[in-house]
Amino acid sequence: MVIKPKPLNCPNCGGPVELRGFAHTLNVVCPQCLSVLDTSTPEVQVLQTFQSQTRIQPLIPLGTRATFSGTSFEAIGFQVREVEDEDGAYAWREYLLFNPYKGFRYLSEYNGHWNYIRVLNTLPEASGRSAAYQGRSYKLFDSSTAKTFYVLGEFPWQVRVGETVQVSDFVAPPLALSAENTGNEVTWSQGEYWTGKQIWEAFRLPGTPPSASGIFMNQPSPHIGKPTSAWRTFLWLAAALGVILILFTLIAQNREVFRQRYTVTAGAASAAPIVTPEFSAAGRPNNLQITTSTDLTNNWAYFSYALVNKSTGQARNFGREISRYGSSNSPNDRVVIPDVPPGQYYLRIEPEVQSGSFSYDVSVRRGVPTYGWFILAAVLLLIPPLGASLAAAGFERNRWRESSHA
Amino acid sequence: MLQSNCPNCGAPVQFRWSSAVQTTCEFCHSILVRTDVDLQHVGQVADLPADSSPIQIGTEGAYGGKSFVAIGRIIYEYEQGGWNEWHILYNDGTSGWLSDAQLEYDLSWLVQPPEALPPADQIQPGRDFFWSGKRYQVTTLTRAHYKGVQGELPFQYWGRAEVLFADLRTTDGDFATIDYTESPPPLFMGRAVDFDDLHFKNLREFEGWS
Repeated sequence: MVIKPKPLNCPNCGGPVELRGFAHTLNVVCPQCLSVLDTSTPEVQVLQTFQSQTRIQPLIPLGTRATFSGTSFEAIGFQVREVEDEDGAYAWREYLLFNPYKGFRYLSEYNGHWNYIRVLNTLPEASGRSAAYQGRSYKLFDSSTAKTFYVLGEFPWQVRVGETVQVSDFVAPPLALSAENTGNEVTWSQGEYWTGKQIWEAFRLPGTPPSASGIFMNQPSPHIGKPTSAWRTFLWLAAALGVILILFTLIAQNREVFRQRYTVTAGAASAAPIVTPEFSAAGRPNNLQITTSTDLTNNWAYFSYALVNKSTGQARNFGREISRYGSSNSPNDRVVIPDVPPGQYYLRIEPEVQSGSFSYDVSVRRGVPTYGWFILAAVLLLIPPLGASLAAAGFERNRWRESSHA
Repeated sequence: MLQSNCPNCGAPVQFRWSSAVQTTCEFCHSILVRTDVDLQHVGQVADLPADSSPIQIGTEGAYGGKSFVAIGRIIYEYEQGGWNEWHILYNDGTSGWLSDAQLEYDLSWLVQPPEALPPADQIQPGRDFFWSGKRYQVTTLTRAHYKGVQGELPFQYWGRAEVLFADLRTTDGDFATIDYTESPPPLFMGRAVDFDDLHFKNLREFEGWS
């Protein structure tokens, strides 16, 4: 025997009322006069004659079917619920979906964001500001009092305009858990984020869905996985940079081309400049590192250096200061002169000392490895992963801006 | 299969389950209770309320490696609708219950309570019980009306008025219900199940749905 839906007439206005939920339907709203009718007994009763002057048209027409995970469901009920908080009131829409074997599911829509919702028959583990379900942890996003504002179609429970329920939402995008507390019992449900486009395709609705605005509580972040992959790329590039650095160090010329020891005695001699023997800088233009090692103790010395190209006579002047008191400072100094063309060179050194006499070693190395470019490259490599992390964090910040538990 | 005749109308009455204590006559809706010698006519089922459970007497299914067939049911109604407690006979000769509450399904079996159960006035939603290492939380208290019976049941069950059930659930899909109609209250324990887990055959058909 095939079970048929039974039609009825509204006892308030006499208009026809279609039933799609068979005997599961407890309450139905007359589409003509918007009265809420009790269909649980053969003599249909009017429970509530309500409703705003303006009629709200569901985006998904009641009676439309869609397939969700292989099962066909029909939209049979529609309600608008609203929440009032310190920022004002906002409303969202809920569709009741029905299959005579698999039961009831829900769709919710807010600002173009959708959720496909199923009531749970297994308890989540709730502890204050978080809830755990099937190995996933959900964070409390919002708790509010939801009020039924408008109803259409049919419901397997008692539905009234003006009824309130306590709702707590927990999120783990793209999933959400909701606990609805009527005072007598708590009903848990799980929602999964859907886009308007997916809903339109599932129901084969004409036109385009209203575009989504803002970020919804369990909307999956478009940045998901991007920081991780950017940091992974960074690690690879940094490793490559490290290898280059090692190779660079290994192939650097790094050869001592000159070394000499000098002694300075206090008095007039300290002002007399000395001129070193010639040394040769070979290869392509490269740096020269000049190291001044002294035996200064509790003393101070200043060296006026000139690096002179013997054939052109061009000099590069630089001063180096060594101040050593106690053991806190180094008695040595090192300076790198970049881009020195190949050729014959000598140094002219004019040391000054505060007091006493001391000795110093001058050593010149050609082509020492330098690392400034390496630091610059490392900083440049950091930009994409840092940017990705900041963008992802920004999205989450905007999501939680809507939360009452941020 | 045991065969007998209805003491009220004379129609043949069949038992699928040898341990059935009560059944109903398909023709005159008499409630029949088995005694040692014969069938006794103890009452009459009022017209069953319209119901849209996809399950019917004779619906087959399978769960946990055992097949079952629905042989009887008790129908309840409360302010938020109605539900069916289907009495199901497993192929190993045991029987249990399949509850269909607005197409949410739970399987359960009568068990010995692990502890003395509290009286009805001491139980409320949110109360926890720790049974065999699991936390069972009372999720709902349902005050319902008995609306009728159909087919074979493991006990005499008819002419009831108001009944009270406490439903309990765990965080991993276990289900339990305490039936406060009886004293001491019997405990049924089992699992929350999905429609697809039950591999049904011989279900009812609904116009427009195939």
